[in-house]
Amino acid sequence: MKVAVLFSGGKDSTFAAFMTKNHGHDVSCLISLISENPDSYMFHTPSISEAGKQAETMKIPILIQKTKGEKELELKDLKVVIRKAKSEFKIQGVITGTVESAYQASRIQKICDMLDLDCFNPLWQKNQFELLEDLIKNSFEIIITGVFAYPLDKSWLGRKINQDFLQDVNKLYEKYKINPAGEGGEFETFVINCPLFTDRLKIKYKKIRGKQNSWTMEIEVK
Amino acid sequence: MILIIQICKEKFHYYEFVRPIEEIIKKTNTEFISTHYNDLNQDMLSKSEKIIICGTSLRDNSFLDDIEEFLWLKKYDKPVLGICGGMHIMGLVYNGNLHKKQEIGLTKIEFKKDFFGMKGSEEVYELHNFYVLSKECYVIAESKNCPQAVEYKERPFYAVLFHPEVRNREIIRNFILH
Repeated sequence: MKVAVLFSGGKDSTFAAFMTKNHGHDVSCLISLISENPDSYMFHTPSISEAGKQAETMKIPILIQKTKGEKELELKDLKVVIRKAKSEFKIQGVITGTVESAYQASRIQKICDMLDLDCFNPLWQKNQFELLEDLIKNSFEIIITGVFAYPLDKSWLGRKINQDFLQDVNKLYEKYKINPAGEGGEFETFVINCPLFTDRLKIKYKKIRGKQNSWTMEIEVK
Repeated sequence: MILIIQICKEKFHYYEFVRPIEEIIKKTNTEFISTHYNDLNQDMLSKSEKIIICGTSLRDNSFLDDIEEFLWLKKYDKPVLGICGGMHIMGLVYNGNLHKKQEIGLTKIEFKKDFFGMKGSEEVYELHNFYVLSKECYVIAESKNCPQAVEYKERPFYAVLFHPEVRNREIIRNFILH
């Protein structure tokens, strides 16, 4: 089946793309929404502007749609770009990396149904520790580009998701109920390398901003 | 042994509609077999103590053309829980009619009596374009649009239109354990 992956450049959507290819589906294009609103309900990662470079190294076309990120208006923008993917790439389905958010999942399901497209959520309800283990096992190189919850701080920015990260996040889960895979919006991530990439991306520039328990690391990669 | 029956035509939907149910059962340390209805055989049905028939995606309705593959439900006398598409199948085997009604997302529904630990007003996760109502069952819960949970009159059969693998997982746990 020809499909489009809703792609943020973070671990979940990239892993969903990886699973999709492994199941023999044709990832005809990626779709990214760049939100002007840092508090967007649906789409936001600090380094989403770099998604194009990830698409380039995956050799998959990407459709980028800007959105103001206002609550229901951003869904109109999503519908516009999915419709474009359907007409340009003849996709029959849309893949998301949604794990827990009923808000996100139900809105994407509605849009797909309106556009006569199947909707796949291969990570839906997946245990977050297992998800992190799967990422490590499949050689995903992922860095933390944002933290947004107590007691996470600046020192977490740039950390890689590896066994040490898993141990640390497990302790935070036990003590503070921090979601290990950041499903409650605690972390934002960026994939530097994975089996879909033809080249590993290198960070050429980073800008760290924030205070207390809310920090972002905007990056530029090459 | 619990028998999980899959109805997804597109295998990639397994991860969304079947695996979450398998994960809930694994946590109860109960043995289970998970199979698509195309691969179901008499031996599996005989060995099963309970059956769960899973749902599938909004656009995947091919199981509706294969209702004759589920006529074993007419004779099976052990507990069955149908989820969404599974509820459609059970209703159609028991002479129900298919109605179009879309509900997607979190919805409040009302349980008239205890249903595997649910009672009163509960928030459930919906993902369906149809519902089926059969005269062979009592309606236990309703949304403002349609029946949401039913219990069969003559058999230990139960069905829900919403997805308890997403919200209200205790329904599946209680069905397995009690």
